Amino acid sequence: MAILLYRVDERLIHGQVVVGWGNELHPDRIVVVDDELAASEWEQELYSLGLPTEMTPRFETVESTRTHLAEWEADGSRSILLTRDVRSMARVANGGLLEGRDVNLGGLHYAPGRDAVLPYVYLSPDERTALEELVAEGARVAARDLPGAKRVSAEKILARDGRGS
Amino acid sequence: MSDAAGVLGIVVAHGEMAIGLTDAVRNITGVGPDALVPLSNRGLAPAALAAAIQREAGPRPTILFTDLPSGSCGVAARLLARHDPNLVVICGVNLPMLLDFVTHREQPLVELAARLVSKGRAAISCAAPGSGSNGNSAVSR
Repeated sequence: MAILLYRVDERLIHGQVVVGWGNELHPDRIVVVDDELAASEWEQELYSLGLPTEMTPRFETVESTRTHLAEWEADGSRSILLTRDVRSMARVANGGLLEGRDVNLGGLHYAPGRDAVLPYVYLSPDERTALEELVAEGARVAARDLPGAKRVSAEKILARDGRGS
Repeated sequence: MSDAAGVLGIVVAHGEMAIGLTDAVRNITGVGPDALVPLSNRGLAPAALAAAIQREAGPRPTILFTDLPSGSCGVAARLLARHDPNLVVICGVNLPMLLDFVTHREQPLVELAARLVSKGRAAISCAAPGSGSNGNSAVSR
């Protein structure tokens, strides 16, 4: 499989992805799946700044990702695929497109309306619903901010009451 | 208490880096948070980080010193600076750059930023075993 990491991280391209996971997986392509960003050339340039030369960024909508996913998984490149939120990853997964794939929750931080699940994962009720949908689509979802960190399964995350317990 | 006469600096960085750098500046120069403020991205969503930067900067001319250009700090700072002529972003902050900043804050914002980038670059050197160099010549040539 050429997509080495499917990750939900609201910071998209940033230090943990480029350095933390990059040094572990040695990707040559970063696919950012975000409808808003796919329409903003300036923001694309911003997110591409400072990327190592061996990593090529690509900015796609959810729909174009669903169209090209099988092609990227088979084309021999080494990719990391990022979404900003759980809902976007669930939309990519709709219809079983991510069945059997490991999906990583890497960074959803505190915001009003979100409750703590892990130090780096806070979820709103809508995000919990999206997470349940993602799991129902057959994706193997777990939280892990960095390669050396402990995995916390979606089942454990969903079992927590949303107030950090 | 803010010193409204000069440009404000905000170090926006990962972990405790911002606190460490501003503490070092204070130790060396005695200049404190009226001129240079630390801000960590730890635990902050992008929107929360942007709000924290705006809160610290207020309406003053401000330089946002960030660590990685591709990191969340750099991205948040650049997104804000795009719409605010009072904000300038410098990525790749180092201590010599900050020391120069706190002693030249009276300069116009854009000129000061250009100066600091030059000073920061010039302060990077390498003293390699067997080179016979103290590390300064490589950058001064």
